[in-house]
Amino acid sequence: MAEVSTLNHTPTLTAKDFASDQEVRWCPGCGDYSILKQVQTVLPELGIPREKFAFISGIGCSSRFPYYMEAYGLHSIHGRATAIAAGLKMIRPDLSVWIISGDGDALSIGTNHTLQLIRRNFDVQLLVFNNQIYGLTKGQYSPTSEEGKVTKSTPMGSIDHPFNPCALVLGADATFVARSLDRDPKHLQMVLKRAAHHRGTSFVEIYQNCNIFNDGAFFVFTEKETKFQKGIYVEHGKPMLFDNGKKGIKLDGTKPIVVDMSEASVNDLWIHDETDIIKANILTRMFEDPDKTDLPRPFGVLYVANRPCYEDLMKQQIQDAIEQKGKGDITKLINSGDTWVIA
Amino acid sequence: MAKPIVLKEEVTIRFAGDSGDGMQLTGTEFTNASAIVGNDLSTFPDYPAEIRAPQGTVAGVSGFQIHFGSTEVDTPGDICNVLVAMNAAALKANLRYLETGGLIIANTDGFDEKNLRLAKLEKNPLEDGSLDKYTVIKIDITKIARTALQDSGLSTRDIDRSKNMFVLGLLMWLYNRPLDVTIRNLEAKFAKKPEILQANLRLLRAGYDYGETTELFTTRYDVKQAPTMEKGKYRNIMGNQALAYGFIAASELAGLPLFLGSYPITPASDILHELSKHKAFNVHTFQAEDEIAAICAAIGASFGGALAVTTSSGPGIALKGEAIGLATMLELPIVIVNIQRGGPSTGLPTKTEQADLLQAMYGRNGECPVVVICTRQPNDCFDVAIEASRIAIEHMVPVMLLSDGYIANGAEPWLIPDLSKYKKIKPNFLTEPNSPNGKLLPYKRDERFVRPWVLPGTKGLEHRIGGLEKQHETGNVSYDPENHEFMVKMRQAKVDKVADFIPLQEVEQGPESGELVVLGWGSTFGCIRTAVRELNNQGHNIAQVHLRYLNPFPKNLGDILKRYKKVLVPEINNGQLVKIVRDKFLVDAIPFNKIQGLPFNVVEMKAKILEVLGK
Repeated sequence: MAEVSTLNHTPTLTAKDFASDQEVRWCPGCGDYSILKQVQTVLPELGIPREKFAFISGIGCSSRFPYYMEAYGLHSIHGRATAIAAGLKMIRPDLSVWIISGDGDALSIGTNHTLQLIRRNFDVQLLVFNNQIYGLTKGQYSPTSEEGKVTKSTPMGSIDHPFNPCALVLGADATFVARSLDRDPKHLQMVLKRAAHHRGTSFVEIYQNCNIFNDGAFFVFTEKETKFQKGIYVEHGKPMLFDNGKKGIKLDGTKPIVVDMSEASVNDLWIHDETDIIKANILTRMFEDPDKTDLPRPFGVLYVANRPCYEDLMKQQIQDAIEQKGKGDITKLINSGDTWVIA
Repeated sequence: MAKPIVLKEEVTIRFAGDSGDGMQLTGTEFTNASAIVGNDLSTFPDYPAEIRAPQGTVAGVSGFQIHFGSTEVDTPGDICNVLVAMNAAALKANLRYLETGGLIIANTDGFDEKNLRLAKLEKNPLEDGSLDKYTVIKIDITKIARTALQDSGLSTRDIDRSKNMFVLGLLMWLYNRPLDVTIRNLEAKFAKKPEILQANLRLLRAGYDYGETTELFTTRYDVKQAPTMEKGKYRNIMGNQALAYGFIAASELAGLPLFLGSYPITPASDILHELSKHKAFNVHTFQAEDEIAAICAAIGASFGGALAVTTSSGPGIALKGEAIGLATMLELPIVIVNIQRGGPSTGLPTKTEQADLLQAMYGRNGECPVVVICTRQPNDCFDVAIEASRIAIEHMVPVMLLSDGYIANGAEPWLIPDLSKYKKIKPNFLTEPNSPNGKLLPYKRDERFVRPWVLPGTKGLEHRIGGLEKQHETGNVSYDPENHEFMVKMRQAKVDKVADFIPLQEVEQGPESGELVVLGWGSTFGCIRTAVRELNNQGHNIAQVHLRYLNPFPKNLGDILKRYKKVLVPEINNGQLVKIVRDKFLVDAIPFNKIQGLPFNVVEMKAKILEVLGK
């Protein structure tokens, strides 16, 4: 007898089962490969039948993603994947819907839809591949590019102030905010799994290396010489320790301060509480240029809250209407109001 | 003493007042009472774009015209027989619509010094003899209302707000309408405000009794049931309401949940409002953050298996353009409703126009054909909504449904249809692989060139679609030059093929061939119909052809048009259908255009037809 999974009685799937027959066409060395791999690795562990997955994307390098997934997919138009996913979810709450987007797609042309999706809290996963550059249109600065960035469209340096994506979505009352990196597969898998299990919009910012137009933008956070000094991996209930435990962060009022652990006690440290909105705001705001501060950039699940999902509320209203008025009868409806007969 | 009742065949009344005077409610209630007695009728609300333009000014005048008759009534009437003017501005703005010798019922309180100044009138027209060619009845309605309700305990403001009910009661008496429907409606409307209800009812009766007891009126009139109307059960319906009902019916005929993604815009919003009331029909209404999100959510819902609709007006349709292209590429069903208004840009938001036909046909990037159909009048909207849904679902194609402000807000008697006589709508669902090797070919077409609708969640048929060019049958992304040309032509052929599944064009009235055919589309129907009928009654022999299907055209349309020496194309735009007709059929069609934010009237229509006939 063939082995069956205990979950939903679907045959056990593997990462391979989620790879479509299409040739993956990203630039060699692109961070997208790793993200694709981690998603394909995580999905079989969720206990959801393959046909229940839908991947919706907009436009950009990342948005080719659905073509490479053996699942249902829709590659749409620039910035609007979030709106399309919302419509799908309202009609089909049974589906596991994943939105694949980039910093240009989700945070420039599609910013409004992104924020609206998040405030309504549809139960979807929104993965934003942030490489701080426009890749598909070949190298213009993006809404997350740092000030002064020299690109084809900003030869004298960008004068745009960048978005801080996690802080931005927190402002829209996001119920799940996390940050991870293409070059840390285990961490990314952990974050993706947490996102998948969260009911509500799971916003995951993934630092992704564009080795053609913005190579090394995040290397201080991904390469082992610097990653433990410049980044901090936060975990719920754990003290904020980094640099292999040599440093920690404590809160002086609302101000985070780096302390040397040879001089401080773990008891003095900020304990990460992913349900604390005030601390989440501080955490997402620890976003200075790593060369200008000693504060590390946080990775992990930064904030989680419980709030009803839009599609559930919508279904509830439909059910309530049916309970109050009975199931709609179209013949009765068109015959309502004042009628008269011409004999 | 009972006054003699004179029978009239048809009457047009225009209620005009300040936008706070309740003229829309007055007109609507008069309409309901006229429908109950079996009149054929047509209405035209005409109100300002501002929520509350400055009180007493011409810009703030709100009007409601009703044309009712015991004969066939197809238009709200060119000119009115009765003008109710609640103030000086209302008279000034509307006098041009009153027939010579017509009746003016004027609220003298609205003609005081302040009102005359606000209306920019030097002298009081009620006093200066300028209205000598009309019959003027002057009533201080405000004073009467205040006297009648002095013991009601209501504030002067509330009393003044109810004075429209006096006018309604008076007109009800004058035209021998029953009061019971109005009373019932007021009871429902003011169920939670018993004092206001009592005030309204008292003034309604006061107006009715006023007609009976004063010596101002020597005669009353009556308009009997219209014997030309088809037998059956009727109700009044407004265009947007009928569209909403039609989509609910279509979702039932198709066995699909209904999804509406919409963003508020005049004059389309009422469809969203109406559908939002009917959640018990498994109706999902989504007020999106903008027009683009509205259609994109509808596309997502369509991907998931809903009857997906998005409703808007021209400016909103412009924003939806890219997404309409996506739906065309995805070959998913969606109905896009455009309640046209004056443009371009914000244009004349509350005024009617038919100027989005070329936008509907061509207003997108690339070769992007969609089906375009239109409605001709409020009581046609129900069927057009079902037909648009049927074509979208059965042909897996976006369908643009054109209406306009004139139809959207106009009301008409509607012969309530028997839904058991409607054909089921059959979605092209696929649940098994459709190729010999056991794989899915998402873009494999049937004999109608229609691809299957494969719903997410269907095991074994996982697939990806998107806006990039599709390889024939496999649906994979393809940049192959020959494939692109093939697919462009295929998408066009798919739309063209719809012509095999729509009725042939019929000649509405007049001869099957001859001197002149008047070819129209949309809301000009009633006016053209009346003009052609009246001219033919006078011995002319003119044909009327009116289109419902604009893309593709019915297969026999070209043949029909070529049977007439002349083709006249009246449109409320600068000449759009005429361009298409000339292009498709190489006929020397003659344009007739009005671009004033107003419908044609019968007089100008007849004059133009006679001019074209050379008479």
